[in-house]
Amino acid sequence: MSNGIVHWFRFASPQSFYPLAGKMAPWFAALAGLLGAAGLWIAFFVAPTDAQQGESYRIIFVHVPAAWMSMFLYVVMAAWAGLGLVLNTRLSSMMAHAIAPTGAMFAFLALWTGALWGRPTWGTYWVWDARLTSELVLFFLYLGYMSLNAAIDDPRRGDRASAVLALVGVLNVPIIYFSVQWWNTLHQGASVSLVRAPSMAATMLTGMLVMALAFWMYSIAAALARVRAIMLEREAHMQWTQQLPEAVT
Amino acid sequence: MSSVSATAAFRGIVRRDLRLAARRKSEPLFTLGFFVLVASLFPLGVGPEPELLRRIAPGVLWVAALLASMLALGRMLSADYEDGTLEQTVLAPVPLQLTVCAKVLAHWLLSGLPLVLVSPLLALQYGLPADVIAHLALSLLIGTPALSLIGAIAASLTLGVRGAGVLIALLVLPLYVPTLVFGAGAVDAVLAGLSPSGNLSLLGAVLILTLLFAPPAAAAAIRISLE
Amino acid sequence: MLDATDLECVRGTRRLFKGVSFRLVPGECLFVQGPNGSGKTSLLRILSGLARPERGEVRWDGQAIGSIGPEYHALLAYCGHANALKEDLTPVENLQAAAALDGRPSTLEAVREALDAFGAGAFHVLPVRALSQGQKRRVALARLRLCARRLWLLDEPLAALDASAQTTFAAMVDRHLAGAGIAVLTSHQPVGLRAPTRTLSLS
Repeated sequence: MSNGIVHWFRFASPQSFYPLAGKMAPWFAALAGLLGAAGLWIAFFVAPTDAQQGESYRIIFVHVPAAWMSMFLYVVMAAWAGLGLVLNTRLSSMMAHAIAPTGAMFAFLALWTGALWGRPTWGTYWVWDARLTSELVLFFLYLGYMSLNAAIDDPRRGDRASAVLALVGVLNVPIIYFSVQWWNTLHQGASVSLVRAPSMAATMLTGMLVMALAFWMYSIAAALARVRAIMLEREAHMQWTQQLPEAVT
Repeated sequence: MSSVSATAAFRGIVRRDLRLAARRKSEPLFTLGFFVLVASLFPLGVGPEPELLRRIAPGVLWVAALLASMLALGRMLSADYEDGTLEQTVLAPVPLQLTVCAKVLAHWLLSGLPLVLVSPLLALQYGLPADVIAHLALSLLIGTPALSLIGAIAASLTLGVRGAGVLIALLVLPLYVPTLVFGAGAVDAVLAGLSPSGNLSLLGAVLILTLLFAPPAAAAAIRISLE
Repeated sequence: MLDATDLECVRGTRRLFKGVSFRLVPGECLFVQGPNGSGKTSLLRILSGLARPERGEVRWDGQAIGSIGPEYHALLAYCGHANALKEDLTPVENLQAAAALDGRPSTLEAVREALDAFGAGAFHVLPVRALSQGQKRRVALARLRLCARRLWLLDEPLAALDASAQTTFAAMVDRHLAGAGIAVLTSHQPVGLRAPTRTLSLS
């Protein structure tokens, strides 16, 4: 058992994690493809037509899992960033930076699919409902993280500063979500959601869970691929990167 | 001995910053000017119809105050960072969290409190009745310190960074959402004839949470920026 | 007693120095030299606790400075490149603010005396903005006289000082060392201390 612990810490250095990430990424991408296909099949062929919203509601199979992932990834990103801040490890911070763009993309996707859903349902492309508004704020939190990191020249200071920001953000997200919910109920806003009889819930839930899993596998694959690129960029001055086949031009 | 020194340091920082503002004379004026300008632009944009203005007043005035307060954030710590005073503050024997509170207090006295005091005048321009005006001032009184405290975190993270002004806005606006919702919500409630106590209590809770968590976060951020 | 062990400093992708170790006991002065960009300022910042070294540690009286925090700050005085003066305030107001920050508010007489000793008393009512570089430096160094500290970390203290101010400064450092103080300073010019100094070369 102690052997296992020693092995894991070996991967804490960018140099050893680089090839491991390269090997793992394609597997997660393949899993993402399979689960995604399964999820979309459920979305389009298994789930029944909705009585009120017709076929257009099927977009929830992308919208809801994307929203879930954007939230989940923010917490994971903050966890990696916090780890990097506390333990002073470069790789943890790099993982956080690798996750951020994917999380932002899912937030953006959730916003777009929400808009596309709103159009046939409410006749407008944007509805200020609690979930969409919270999603918008989350999107800005991601943008803030990425912008802060990009604006700071020194990579170590950038790692630590964006870690503080991510931790502050993750503590604030529940408060922000609550306040948006409060705001929405106060003003009797519209809601882009399903008012559904319980019997339909099972198929839809399964479909959304499968899509969520697909998105999760995709996120891992994307993060692994991206962290390799970040490693090449950050460690360009070190010997191990200069000796890699992809670095020799 | 140590408690005496902490209060002396706290008072010393506030006194120094207020004295500096008195010499420069720009600080309260710029922030107030922006507040008044933004509040004056909205009627030009939406039309002068009194009923409409009265309805949008709580939100508009709150957003104007929020933006004015946000614009002043860049000046909270950047001058100290540039002339080396911030390093001396970090190296002082007094806890950095305490000195951060002193800086935030001085900043609020110069760019938050003036907004509270001028808001009744702007509220009159929007035709708000007296009790609503009182609640507007009260909500700003509770809310603007929270805005300054949250803003201190963003100001500390972006010291010496290119484009810090716009970056501060991006970092801080999502974090401002709860304060805005509860603050404007309280005033809206009074306008609608309902009790503002729910919103005001939540606003107070936000202030207490920021008092607890913003100083340590800002202190950590300052240390990171100085490394 | 100040102990530096195996200090390494990395800025961005460049390693500035590595394996720097020394020990200073009360009464000793360390003179750090090296070409521009060799990390002299970074070394002082690491010793003050403002920056963290990539490797190695700094100890005061056997304890790591990270763990003693405020106590370490209470006994050290750091003078960086920047003068840490507010341009719109007078020298007197600046020193009063600095003393208050120390937690030891000082009297007007003490402030005036510190300024006079450095030849900066003549313009004590002018805002710092109106002073020349050399005069500003005198005011910045007068702070050392006002707040008694055991460890002095001074980065280019002689910059912009004229000959008479340099002599006053050297005498002040000598007095500090004689009183069991420790000093670490960087300078491109010889400081002219009477006390013996050790030299550390970063290159």
